[in-house]
Amino acid sequence: MTAPIALRRARGRGALSWIAQHIVLVTLAVLFLGPVALVVLTSLMSNEQALTASIIPRTWEWSNYVTVFRDVPLARWFGNSAFYATLATLFMLVSSVPAAYVLARVKFRGANVIFVAIIVAMLLPPQVTAIPVYVMWSQLHLTGTLWPLILPNLLGDAFSIFLLRQFFLTIPREYADAARIDGCTEWGVLLRVIAPMARPGIAAAAIFMFFNSWNDYYGPLLYASENEVAWPVAYGLATFRGAHGTDWSITMAITVLVMIPVVVIFFFAQRVFVEGITLTGVKG
Amino acid sequence: MTVLENRGRRSRRPQWFILAMLGPAIAGLVIFFVYPLVASIFYSFTRFDLVSPPEFIGLRNYEYLFTKDPKVWIAAGNTLWFVVVLVPVRILTALGVAFLLVRVRAASGFWRTVFYLPALVPSVAGVVAFVFLFNPGTGPVNLILKTFGIQGPLWFNDPAWSKPSLVLLGIWVMGDIMIIFLAGLLDVPQEQYEAASLDGARSWQKGWYVTLPAISPVLVFAVVTGVIAALQYFTEAAVASTVASGKAGVGEGASAILGYPDNSLLTYTQWLYVRGFGNYQLGYASALAVLLFVVAALFLVVLMRRVKAFTPEEAS
Repeated sequence: MTAPIALRRARGRGALSWIAQHIVLVTLAVLFLGPVALVVLTSLMSNEQALTASIIPRTWEWSNYVTVFRDVPLARWFGNSAFYATLATLFMLVSSVPAAYVLARVKFRGANVIFVAIIVAMLLPPQVTAIPVYVMWSQLHLTGTLWPLILPNLLGDAFSIFLLRQFFLTIPREYADAARIDGCTEWGVLLRVIAPMARPGIAAAAIFMFFNSWNDYYGPLLYASENEVAWPVAYGLATFRGAHGTDWSITMAITVLVMIPVVVIFFFAQRVFVEGITLTGVKG
Repeated sequence: MTVLENRGRRSRRPQWFILAMLGPAIAGLVIFFVYPLVASIFYSFTRFDLVSPPEFIGLRNYEYLFTKDPKVWIAAGNTLWFVVVLVPVRILTALGVAFLLVRVRAASGFWRTVFYLPALVPSVAGVVAFVFLFNPGTGPVNLILKTFGIQGPLWFNDPAWSKPSLVLLGIWVMGDIMIIFLAGLLDVPQEQYEAASLDGARSWQKGWYVTLPAISPVLVFAVVTGVIAALQYFTEAAVASTVASGKAGVGEGASAILGYPDNSLLTYTQWLYVRGFGNYQLGYASALAVLLFVVAALFLVVLMRRVKAFTPEEAS
């Protein structure tokens, strides 16, 4: 008789803790998603209403999303961001995939020194080296453009090399060995055997690079702030409200538009993305 | 540098292969890392304005930094505040949410996405959104607080509340750390909990003796990378000041806005930016950079000793 009672009690406690757990979860979820909801709602208000204390739009001003392209050089901002993020990502892949592969799989004298240098370069605040780098770009007359943020990726990006190396380490060595026995050259091994198997890792590195460039504020502030034509969207958004007073509904509409590409990419590549984050911190 | 060791079954790879694969990255390290690091130290002993060549002035920049600079200690103090408050608050929140999520069985993917989503929001967009939501006059947050009978503070417009407001933003975007904790928690072997239960361990004992040791490497990683990120805290504070002050300015003009309200958000890296790129005192800004390097390097050494992924041994 005692066993079933204990069991029922345990089950009752389970249900109670399930309820408690979900009350906490739902409350937190409202707090975490609330800001996004409020931003979207405000972006659909008339500007007069956005200046009053209110949450639900009285009239749904979908036209804000048209106005925004007319009043703000938004198309150019987006174009600059897409240009910056796409080229930076492509250049990073060309230079960093081979470097990461060699660091993960080839033993040679000096490998440890290079690896440690990459870790330090990845973790050190960029402000430490910013001044001499800026001086170099100004001597090349490339300040005032986004090129100082794009071109260095042709010579490898430390974080991407680190992430890709971590991924290459997880691929069993036997595949490459088998390909070599079949007469594959070293380039063939990388391009036909390893790269296809490392596709999730390469995708994660590419997404991180794209996001970081898309979201970058410090870089454009340093190199492009005095040339409005070169502004990417994150920088433009940061200066917009300062320049245009209290136009909150339009500001929120731009904010929503800046978020959309990132969220869309995330939903298409969620698994790859989470794997990439985990790889930098836990595994290895 | 690139002499090969012939190791057992693996074929010998030609040197030119290694050089071709790694050459660009090595060039990148030299041009964008080693050279600028050395050059920063050199510039820090000079007066340099980008127009005329650097002029050697000995230790004068350091003397000014430690004894005369009117704002550097305000800025360093603000950065220290973010290191001491923002980092632990973010880690504890992420750990709490990860503990909650690891127990959830149904729709676990959905809940993870919900708590991760804010971390995806571009930081500029996140700051602009928060300055609006917390704006004292008409912002939804103070409106909601009012319905509970609470008079909300001035948030980003009050020097006493501006830093805590950014901590709230930091909590909102804790998803990246949470994902790492969650992966760490899911990796804890189930048998260890069962063994602890058989030994009669209470749930807090399981947490203290089983979970904590198992995730301590992840915790160290989160603390040290968090500190290094906080040392360079720039974008969120700079954008909050720009948006909350309602003023626009680039270059020299931006210098007047950074720190609003009342220098409460002026961080060390922003002060470096103001001196270097607002006033074009590149020699003095280099001295600030060298000091930042020394402090960051201390944390880097800890990180590289304690985090396995950052040690080179496993490349075999």
